[in-house]
Amino acid sequence: MNPEVPSPKHGYPGRLFVFEGLDGSGKSTQAALLAKWLAAQGYRVFQTEWNSSELVSSTIRRGKKKGLLTPTTFSLLHATDFADRFDRKILPPLRAGYVVVCDRYSFTAFVRDAARGCDPEWVRTIYSFAPTPDVAFYFRVPVRVTLQRKIASRLKINYYEAGMDLGLSDDLHDSYERFQGRLKREYERIAVQDRMTVIDSTRPVEKIQAELRENVRPILAGFPTMESLMHDA
Amino acid sequence: MTPNTYGTPLPGLPPGKLGGKLIVIEGADGSGRSTEVAFLKEWLEVQGHAVVDTGLRRSTLVSEEIDRAKQGHTLGATTMALLYAADFGDQLENKIVPALSAGSTVLADRYIYTLMARAIVRGASREWARRLYAFAFVPDLVVFLDARPEILLHRAIGKYGSLDYWESGMDLSLSRDLFESFFLYQEKLAAEFEWMSRDYGFHLVDANRRPDQVDAEVRALVEPLYQPGRRRATLPRLPRPSGTPSPGGPAASG
Repeated sequence: MNPEVPSPKHGYPGRLFVFEGLDGSGKSTQAALLAKWLAAQGYRVFQTEWNSSELVSSTIRRGKKKGLLTPTTFSLLHATDFADRFDRKILPPLRAGYVVVCDRYSFTAFVRDAARGCDPEWVRTIYSFAPTPDVAFYFRVPVRVTLQRKIASRLKINYYEAGMDLGLSDDLHDSYERFQGRLKREYERIAVQDRMTVIDSTRPVEKIQAELRENVRPILAGFPTMESLMHDA
Repeated sequence: MTPNTYGTPLPGLPPGKLGGKLIVIEGADGSGRSTEVAFLKEWLEVQGHAVVDTGLRRSTLVSEEIDRAKQGHTLGATTMALLYAADFGDQLENKIVPALSAGSTVLADRYIYTLMARAIVRGASREWARRLYAFAFVPDLVVFLDARPEILLHRAIGKYGSLDYWESGMDLSLSRDLFESFFLYQEKLAAEFEWMSRDYGFHLVDANRRPDQVDAEVRALVEPLYQPGRRRATLPRLPRPSGTPSPGGPAASG
């Protein structure tokens, strides 16, 4: 098969797999396992997660400290961050024909910004530079489960993750549950709108991983591995 | 003024009307903007109006990042456009909104139009740029100081002793010659300002004249804003197109 067959979703020679869901939904664990499996199958894989680039994270930190951030600037700074990350980390491997595994993508912004009151259509316009992925998995899990996982692993809940800037509640845990509940409702809404593949993430890790592999198999049918590329050359 | 935006509501805005007025002075570098802003501020204050002047890239949130990015030339066109939009959003919400709430006149030395024009000549689509800035307030008045490129060149050299790298659009690789690049870049910007002039209701003022002549004409436009029962100076009607526009440029070209 011609290794240059472009994706029917976005037109690049590579493939784009997106993992979305609440913090503590298990998506990062699953993304790492899938990437490992893909590499073992001989595919060229590039794994990336949406953690703030240096340029913008310093701004967000400063903004948070001064309390200057509003839903609009918060949204625009994250969009700046994502655009930079897209240019550097996602687009080059996608053009080079890699399978790009993304832990969080534009959907994270759709959900988070809508929960902060931004106009959803405006947010989608801003992110229109991000191509449609070949598959977007949504890891569905009850909010309570994510909170339990967080407490169990002794992770601190941060101010913005709990949506404390929205004044939903003075109590961090209470605010966290309410805000994450908003995010979950948005995820459920866009999962339908964007035809995401919904994964029941309350099940054991192995079961979920097996389901993911089944899901990506047809997308990768005929997609070149390293070995096939070398033979073609 | 009633806080009307260009289509996208600004979340978290205090309810009710904002008392002040928003006056925008637009124009290329060297069109006499800063001089006119200073004249107008003085005149308005003598009339008894509280004036807050604001410009581009004066916010505390990201100006450092913008300066650093300019030095390193490290960011893509879409990323830069978004960074400027974040900076503008910060000024709008943390400077312009409080000033208007306090009943002051906000005198803006350039506004979203310059930011949009710069983004578009660097590869963003018009539709994407327009919708990116749809959260901005519709000003009470937009004055565009219209000057010929020869006049701009003359004033730019008079001001800096040479041509500025960015105001000549040297990052666009239009020409290796600074002089030629300046003309090509200003031509491109002028083309963008032209369609905006119609769609956003600019009041064009001939800026190929002496500063006092320009000022007299601008005052005549500003004066009616403070008369009771006045009508809005600017009433843009923007089409709301369907579908999601692409930002254009390198990111969306594949």
